[in-house]
Amino acid sequence: MPDIKVTPLGAGQDVGRSCILVSVGGKNIMLDCGMHMGYNDDRRFPDFSYITQNGRLTDFLDCVIISHFHLDHCGALPYMSEMVGYDGPIYMTHPTKAICPILLEDFRKITVDKKGETNFFTSQMIKDCMKKVVPLNLHQTVQVDDELEIKAYYAGHVLGAAMVLIKVGSESVVYTGDYNMTPDRHLGAAWIDKCRPDILISESTYATTIRDSKRCRERDFLKKVHETIERGGKVLIPVFALGRAQELCILLETFWYRMNLKAPIYFSTGLTEKANHYYKLFITWTNQKIRKTFVQRNMFEFKHIKAFDRSYADNPGPMVVFATPGMLHAGQSLQIFKKWAGNEKNMVIMPGYCVQGTVGHKILNGQKKLEMEGRATLEVKLQVEYMSFSAHADAKGIMQLIRMAEPRNMLLVHGEAKKMEFLKDKIEQEFSISCYMPANGETTTVTTNPSVPVDISLNLLKREMALGGPLPDPKKPRTMHGTLIMKDSSLRLVSPEQALKELGLSEHQLRFTCRVHLQDPHSDSDTLSRIYSHLKSVLKGYAVQHLPDGTVMVESIVLKVSSSGEDPNLKVILLSWSYQVNVENFLATVSLFWIRVIMQL
Amino acid sequence: MKLYCLSGHPTLPCNVLKFKSTTIMLDCGLDTTSALYFLPLPLVHSSRLSKLPGWASKDGTVNLEKELKECAGRVFVDSQPEFCLPERELLDLSTVDVILISNYHCMMALPYITEHTGFSGTVYATEPTFQIGRLLMEELVTFMERVPKAQSATCWKNKEIQRMLPGPLKDAVDVWSWKRCYSMQEVNSALSKVQLVGYSQKVELFGAVQVTPLSSGYSLGSSNWIIQSHYEKVSYVSGSSLLTTHPQPMDQSSLKNSDVLILTGLTQIPTANPDGMLGEFCSNLAMTIRAGGNVLVPCYSSGVIYDLLECLYQFMDSANLGTTPFYFISPVANSSLEFSQIFAEWLCQNKQSKVYLPEPPFPHAELIQTNKLKHYPSIHGEFSSEFRQPCVVFTGHPSLRFGDVVHFMELWGKSSLNTIIFTEPDFSYLDALAPYQPLAMKCVYCPIDTRLNFHQVSKLLKEVQPLHVVCPEQYTQPPPAQSHRSDLMLELQPPPMAYRRCSVLGLPFRRRYERIQLQPELAKALVPSEIKPGISVATVSAVLQSKDNKHVLQPVPKPTPVPPSKKRKRLMEEVPELLSPKPLLSGSIPLDAFLASLHKSGITEVKVEETADGHILHLQAEDALIQLEEDATHIVCDNNEPLRTALRDLVLRFLQKL
Repeated sequence: MPDIKVTPLGAGQDVGRSCILVSVGGKNIMLDCGMHMGYNDDRRFPDFSYITQNGRLTDFLDCVIISHFHLDHCGALPYMSEMVGYDGPIYMTHPTKAICPILLEDFRKITVDKKGETNFFTSQMIKDCMKKVVPLNLHQTVQVDDELEIKAYYAGHVLGAAMVLIKVGSESVVYTGDYNMTPDRHLGAAWIDKCRPDILISESTYATTIRDSKRCRERDFLKKVHETIERGGKVLIPVFALGRAQELCILLETFWYRMNLKAPIYFSTGLTEKANHYYKLFITWTNQKIRKTFVQRNMFEFKHIKAFDRSYADNPGPMVVFATPGMLHAGQSLQIFKKWAGNEKNMVIMPGYCVQGTVGHKILNGQKKLEMEGRATLEVKLQVEYMSFSAHADAKGIMQLIRMAEPRNMLLVHGEAKKMEFLKDKIEQEFSISCYMPANGETTTVTTNPSVPVDISLNLLKREMALGGPLPDPKKPRTMHGTLIMKDSSLRLVSPEQALKELGLSEHQLRFTCRVHLQDPHSDSDTLSRIYSHLKSVLKGYAVQHLPDGTVMVESIVLKVSSSGEDPNLKVILLSWSYQVNVENFLATVSLFWIRVIMQL
Repeated sequence: MKLYCLSGHPTLPCNVLKFKSTTIMLDCGLDTTSALYFLPLPLVHSSRLSKLPGWASKDGTVNLEKELKECAGRVFVDSQPEFCLPERELLDLSTVDVILISNYHCMMALPYITEHTGFSGTVYATEPTFQIGRLLMEELVTFMERVPKAQSATCWKNKEIQRMLPGPLKDAVDVWSWKRCYSMQEVNSALSKVQLVGYSQKVELFGAVQVTPLSSGYSLGSSNWIIQSHYEKVSYVSGSSLLTTHPQPMDQSSLKNSDVLILTGLTQIPTANPDGMLGEFCSNLAMTIRAGGNVLVPCYSSGVIYDLLECLYQFMDSANLGTTPFYFISPVANSSLEFSQIFAEWLCQNKQSKVYLPEPPFPHAELIQTNKLKHYPSIHGEFSSEFRQPCVVFTGHPSLRFGDVVHFMELWGKSSLNTIIFTEPDFSYLDALAPYQPLAMKCVYCPIDTRLNFHQVSKLLKEVQPLHVVCPEQYTQPPPAQSHRSDLMLELQPPPMAYRRCSVLGLPFRRRYERIQLQPELAKALVPSEIKPGISVATVSAVLQSKDNKHVLQPVPKPTPVPPSKKRKRLMEEVPELLSPKPLLSGSIPLDAFLASLHKSGITEVKVEETADGHILHLQAEDALIQLEEDATHIVCDNNEPLRTALRDLVLRFLQKL
C-alpha cells in the first residue's frame, strides 16, 4: 500500500529552523531550509546528516521548496546547497527570490563580520545558491519532473509568502509555511482551493490563541505610542526589515497624518528604503486595496517616516524608531534598547513572537535585569509592551484553512508541543481526521489509498450512463460489466465484445438446453399458450413473448413444446438459453419452477 | 467537436469551441477598422470639420446630407464611430460557458458579449491582460464620451441605399453588426466576470475539460491556451511572438501533441521586419527633430510603446537629442506606465532580474524621473501650458478618428516640418489619413508587428506537429496585394482547415476514451489472467458513479439479506442484476483433454460422434448430449441441475473468460 512519510528536521514541536522532509510517490522533497534564532552553535541549522551521512544531497532530494523569506525558513539554504551540497532545483516565489539573498547576506554579515565566526557560508555561496532557484508563480502548475508537480497559493504573512501543493499521481501534500487568514493593511488573506490533500502540514505558532479583533490591537498600539510621545518619551519598535515593519509604518503614517503629529518617526537604515522599493515593485502581492489605488497613491511612499541615523538616538524629545532585528538579539535595535532602557518614560513595543534565549524573550517575561557582554548588567526601566502583530493564523484561522482544503490527515509543525497538543485534540474532534505532531527526526507515515485511473471506452461509458437514466438511484445501483485490458502500462476498460474484437479472439458460444417431460392432454400449441400466459403473469417486468413460429421467448430464453410421436400426451418442453446472459440463467430457473407449478395444477 | 467562427478578422478573432459538454469562446476581438468610415471626433472645435458639405447622390434620388459628409474627396459617416462586433446570430451566446482571453487587444468586444446576450459564464484572463485590457477599454470609452455626438446614423446602412454610395462605404460589410461604443458601466460589469489565471495554471471546467494559458511572448500577460481532456488536446494560438521584446518568451513545447491547433493572430505586415522598422522609426524621428519639427506617433497606450520608449531612451542620447521632450497623452497614460512596472513575473528574464536589485524593469521610469518623458491625461489642462516644441507626442487612437491624436493632426498637419510616424499595424495609414488630406506634414509608415510571420509559424508547426491546423482563410492564400508571394501563406500537409466569418467547422477527431477511477477495493479484487504474452484481462463488475463529469467505479455492494418469506415471493425479489455476471467466453475445447476430465469426474460412458463442425458427445448413463464445435458448445440434458452445473464448470475450465 503506498504511503507518505513526513520527517521534520526542524520545526518539529518547535519554532525555528523549519525544514521538513516529505516522501510521496517515490519523490523526496525538502520543505523550507531555515535557521534557529535561539542557537549560535550547530543546532542553529537542521541536521542534514539525517538524509545522508556521506556528502551531497542531490541524489536524495528531488526538489527544495522555500515558503517565504524569513530566516527561520531559508537561513540554512546556502549552507545546505553549497556546504553540504545540493544542485537540484530550489523553488520560491519571485518576491522571496528577490528578498531572501539580502536577508541571508545580512545574517552572514552579523555572524561572520560582527561575531567573527569562521566556517560559515560566504557571499559567493549565497550567489551560487540563488542561481539554483527557479521562480514560482502563484497557481502555476510547475512540473518538477514527469510525475512530481507543485503549485503555489497565496499565504499572506509576508510579501511573497506561499503555501505549496505537492502532487505525485493522485497523492498530494500541502505545506503552508507561515500564513495568515485575515487580510491586514498591506497583505491579503491566505487562500487555497478544495484540493483535498492526503496531508496538510500546517504551522501552529498561535495554536491556542484566538486573537481579538485587529482593530482593537491597532487602537491599543496607537494609543500607547501616542501617550508615550505626549509625555516626551521615545518609542522603540524592534522589527524585521520586511514584513510587519511595513504594516506598522502604514499604520503610523496614516495616524500621524490624521492627528497631524509632528514627532519624528525613523526607520533604521540599511534595508529600509530598498525594502519599500520591493513592496512597490511587487505590488501585485499586496492586498486588493493597495493594488487598486497604487497608481494614484503608493502606500509604500511614506511622508512622515525618515531614515534613521545612529546619532539620532541621543536627540532630546520624543521620537518613534523602527529598528532591526525584531527579537532584540543583535544589531541596531539592541543598541538603541541599551541606550533607552534606563528611562521609564520610554517604551519598547515588541510586535511579534520572540524565540527563547533572545533579549526580546527575556524582557517579555518580565526580566528587569539583563546580563550583557562582559559583566555589565542592564536595568530595564522602560515600559515593555507586547502586541501580537505577527501575521500568523490563530487557532480559528488554522481551522478555517482545514475547512478550505479538506485534508484527509493533518500534521502540525512550527509551534510549541503543548499548544500543538491542544490544537490536535480540537482538530481530531471537529473534523474526525488524524492529526500528527512529530518531533524533529521523528517520521510520520500516512497510508494512502489511491484509486486506479483507467481508460474506459467512451461507447461503454455512454451506454452505461444512458442505461442508468438521468438521475442515479442510490437504492438501486446499476452494475456495469466490462473487460479490463492490461497491456504494457496501459489500463483500458472496454465492453467484453470490444475486448474480444481487439484481442483478435472469437467468441465461444455456450448454450444450454433443458428437456422437461410432462404429461399434458392438450395440444402442443395449447400447452404453449398456457405456459405463456402463466409466465407472463408471474414474470412481471420481463419481456415474455409468444412468437408466431411457435415459440415463447422469456427475454432471450427460447421455449418450445413438442410431443413425442408415440404418446401425444407426453410433452417435451425445451428451454434453451445462452450462458452469457446473466438474467437468463436466473430466469430459466424461475421459468422451470413455474412450468412445474403450472403442470401440476 | 465543432468550431463556430464569429469573426472574420484574423488578428481579432472570436471563435467558439464546443468540446465535450463545454462551450468555450476563444477571444472576443473588436474590429475597430470600421471607425475609418467615420469622420474624426475633434477635441477642440474644428471649423473645417464642422463645415463639410453633406452628401447626396448625383441624380438626387438619395439625400443623406445629415448622415454623410464629403471630406477630402471621400464620403464619411457623420456620427459617433461604430465598431464591428463578432457575429451574434450564429449561436446562442447565452450557452457560452467560459471565455478565454489571449491578450488585451483580443478582449475589446467583451462588454458586447457578456452584457446583453444572457451570458452567465466566467471569463479567464491573466492579470496583466485584465488590467491593461481594462485601461484600453476605459480609454476607448473616455475618447467617445469626451466628445458626445447625439447623432447616430443608420439610414445609410439600408442595403438599397448603401449600394448607391460611393466607395469605400459601398463595399463595407456587415454594417448592421456595427455598434456604438459601450459605457464604463458595461465595462465594469463585463470585467467583474473575469477570473484571473497564471501561466501554466490548470483550470478545470466542470470536471470535463482542463484549460491552461501559456506564455505567448507577444505582450504583457499574453497567452495561448491549451484546451484538453485526458485524451484530446486542442491548442489555441493567438498573437504570439518569438522576438525578444519585453514579455516573457513564448512557451512552444507545451503546444506539442495537439490533435487540433487553431492558429490566429499572425503578423499583419509579413513583409516588414520589426527591427528594421524600429531603426527607420528612430532615424525619421531624429531627422524631423533636428529640422525643428514635431513628431506625432499615433499608438495604443500599452504594448509596443514600452519598447519604443526603451529604444528612444538609448537612442536619443547617442543622437544628441537628449533634451527633446516626449509626451505621452492618454487618459490612461499614467496607469499604463505604472502598471508596466509591477508585472515582473510576466516579463522577459532580463527585465525580471532588474526587480531583484530592486529597480523598475522598464527604463521609462528613469525617463519620467528625469523629466524627459511627461504624461498627461489629455491635451487640456496642464499639458497646454507645459508643452514645448519641437517634441515627440505619443497618443491615440491609431485610427486617427478619435482621441487626442485628432487635435495634433489639425494642429501639425499643415506644416511640412512635422512628421507623423505610424507604428501600429492595425490600420491602413492611407485610410487613416484620408479625412485630413491634403496634408503638408510628412508621413512615415514603419509598422511594428512582432507577431509570428509565415516563416516562423511554419517552423513552429514543424516542431510541435499538430494533427490538424485550423486558421482564417486569409492565411491560406497570399495577401491580395502580393499574389505572387507564395511564401506569405501557410502551406501544410494535410492542408489547414480554413474558416471565415460565420463558418461552422466540424473538427476532425473522434473521442474514444474517458478517464475513470477504479476504487482501490475494486482494483484489489480484480483477477487478471494472461490471454496473450504481455496482455492480461480481467472482468470488471462494478457500480458506476458519475458526478461532475468525473466517473468512479465502486465495488458492487453485497445484497442485503432478504428476510425469509414465502418461497415464491423470495424468488422474485432477489434482484437478478446483483448476481455475478457471466463473462464472454473465448477459445475452443480440445476433445481429448475434455474427455479425460469427464472421465475424472466419473462420467465414463461417452460415445463420440464426429460431425461436420466438430463432435457430439453422448453421455449415455446421464442421458445428456454435449455438442462441441470450434466456437460453440451446447449442453443438452434433462432437468438435472447438478449435472448441468458440473458439465458447465468442466467446459468453462477450457475457455478464456473476458
